[in-house]
Amino acid sequence: MIYFDNSATTKIDPSVLATYDQVAQTIWGNPSSLHKLGDRAFQLLESSRKQIANLLGTQADEIFFTSGGTESNNWAIKGTAFQKRKFGKHLITSSVEHASVTNAFNTLEYLGFNVTRLPVDKEGRVNVNDLRNAIDSDTTLVSIMGVNNEIGTIQPIEEISDLLSNYPNIMFHVDNVQALGKNIWSRVFTPRVDFSSLSAHKFHGPRGTGVFYKKEGKMIAPLHDGGGQEKSLRSGTENLPAIAAMAKAMRLILADEAEKAAREEAIKAKIVNYLQDKPGITIFSPVSTGFAPHVLCFSLEGIRGETLVHTLEDHDIYTSTTSACASTKVDEASTLIAMNVDDKIATSAIRMSFDETNTLDEADEFIKVFDQIYRHFAQINHLGE
Amino acid sequence: MEYTEIMIRYGELSTKGKNRKDFIGRLAGNVTKVLRDFPQVEIHPKHDRMHIVLNGAPFKQVDQHLKKVFGIQTYSPTIKTEKTLKDIEETALALMKETYHEGMTFKVNTKRSDHHFTYDTNELNLMVGDYLFDHMSNLKVEMKHPDIVLRIEVRQDAVYISDELLHGAGGMPVGTGGRAVMMLSGGIDSPVASYLALKRGVDIEMVHFYSPPYTTEKALNKAKELTGILANYAGRINFIAVPFAEIQETIKEKIPEGYLMTVQRRFMLRLADLIREKRKDLAIFNGESVGQVASQTLESMAAINDVTTTPVLRPVATMDKTEIISLAEKIGTFDLSIQPFEDCCTIFAPPRPKTKPKMDKAREYEARLDVDGLIERALDGIEVTPIYPDEKFLANKAEEDTALL
Repeated sequence: MIYFDNSATTKIDPSVLATYDQVAQTIWGNPSSLHKLGDRAFQLLESSRKQIANLLGTQADEIFFTSGGTESNNWAIKGTAFQKRKFGKHLITSSVEHASVTNAFNTLEYLGFNVTRLPVDKEGRVNVNDLRNAIDSDTTLVSIMGVNNEIGTIQPIEEISDLLSNYPNIMFHVDNVQALGKNIWSRVFTPRVDFSSLSAHKFHGPRGTGVFYKKEGKMIAPLHDGGGQEKSLRSGTENLPAIAAMAKAMRLILADEAEKAAREEAIKAKIVNYLQDKPGITIFSPVSTGFAPHVLCFSLEGIRGETLVHTLEDHDIYTSTTSACASTKVDEASTLIAMNVDDKIATSAIRMSFDETNTLDEADEFIKVFDQIYRHFAQINHLGE
Repeated sequence: MEYTEIMIRYGELSTKGKNRKDFIGRLAGNVTKVLRDFPQVEIHPKHDRMHIVLNGAPFKQVDQHLKKVFGIQTYSPTIKTEKTLKDIEETALALMKETYHEGMTFKVNTKRSDHHFTYDTNELNLMVGDYLFDHMSNLKVEMKHPDIVLRIEVRQDAVYISDELLHGAGGMPVGTGGRAVMMLSGGIDSPVASYLALKRGVDIEMVHFYSPPYTTEKALNKAKELTGILANYAGRINFIAVPFAEIQETIKEKIPEGYLMTVQRRFMLRLADLIREKRKDLAIFNGESVGQVASQTLESMAAINDVTTTPVLRPVATMDKTEIISLAEKIGTFDLSIQPFEDCCTIFAPPRPKTKPKMDKAREYEARLDVDGLIERALDGIEVTPIYPDEKFLANKAEEDTALL
């Protein structure tokens, strides 16, 4: 099996699962309980928080635990909109965000907020000048992802940070679900970032747990009211086994980060090298510093992405159409559409996403398999004629 | 550069005339205790200084312990070299390269106890100074107040070179001031008072009152762990836990609310004094600070102190809370002190304690109680635990956490 769909989810690391198991079975007290079972759980919760803070270069009290990327994104966006509604109702995002961001803004729009969705260029990147022009005195939030989940574009978070340093009252959220462990952290998590989202299952951790980063002193309305956990900002009994497992997974993914990212990019480069200049193939994720090392999106003209995914699956190679979250729906690729890619080409796109467990041999195997598929479809569709 | 020995200069004790020998002996003993994890280290106490030969023990780790030993004024890590000019010059250069930063001033200061050495002090000062000038750029000499004094000591066996003067903890060697009991609650003030008592050379034993089930095991362990931090300055501290719940319940039942606190404190002081007597200690220390709370007004102190004529010493009596806190932070007890576990001072605290209790009233109310019986039963229940530096008592699962995470 060749698993090239790591942006959809990653396989849980066995040692991470062992931590999950051990915590679930032996440290099962409620961290809020007064007795020593609760105490022990609380201590581990805080140790996990501290470790994650150290790994991300933040303070421990800036780390909040959520159920994952979708919740963190919803919280950053709706929580800020609610918190700041007296100061303004204008929110800015991009047109290439993950559905958990896009749809959160759709909901807020329905509730009466004004939303500006910045356009992107042909690489899927927002332009800082567009952002500058969009900001007005009513703007309270800018939410731009760090790494695009469909084609891997790295957004200009550093430039946006420079711009927003002139607007200290505007909250800046960066969805970094795709960005951790890819050796680009300092480019997408600048000191100007107020809120950021992470999801454990994208780095060999368990599902259903994630991180919400909230810069010290920044105010946000809670979406989960209840028993007052997480400083009363995110109530609900803490999912300790998953949180501890996530802390471990994060430590593991960040060890030798540069070397792992380089290996992923080598796989990508090898496949790109094979694909480029082939008639009918369009590559959306070039090997460049403007793109994440682990995502490769391309289309094969005339074949629906879905068909290509299943054809590869028949050879035990796992990929996805451009966003696994939406790929069960018959839906066009939102990022590619926002890039003004022709509908026909956009619907032919597939996404491959690598991680440190993939090898160059797997790239060779993929090329071998794909070459047969390509020749077959090229003939049918008269590509290059 | 690896340091080979440490030269220690004594503090105040050098002025103490005929007691000097005792003091030096005690200091050497205390240094031995804190360095017991480094068996290779040799300690040579002399009448004017102490030399510690490291024999390969890492200076940085030894230093962590040494800077908490009272009675040391200053000390210098030094390097032993052969008695040749070349060795002296090269060692001096290597040391300077580590310590010297752009813009600093320095001078060379040579001493000779071997007067047969080829060069005299002036010659050595000049030659080593010249050598450094030739091999480092932008050096600046300053005779009066240099940032770095490069000390070269020519002794019979070898030459010793150092260029750092580190400040020790000062004070007097623990034990030279006798032994006393310390009333340790677990708050911010009493650990600071303990530190100050130790600093004046007084060896202390902790007396801690606990009242299960009103106070938790955690509160007791917190006090023990605080003692572990303070044991860094003493080598070892006995922790005496005194059960206090029966006395508190009885007082609550029989004494008017305004005097609950005063009478409780009188019992505590009585117990501390009896323990002191039994253990042949000389005085009682506590962490009271004038006017800080109802029990610490002069009126309260008088009404409470009424139960004994033993000296009750209050090292933080005249310090502001902020001063106490900054000292607590410096000695590393603050973060633990503010852990919010209820201790026996906060339970049964009346909502409106008398800030100006009257001594005769306190005596009169107390007469309603079986004082001797209560005291005797409390004393029967005491437990003495010797506590060593940095010993942990609060369930600290940091290691398990590290393994899991």
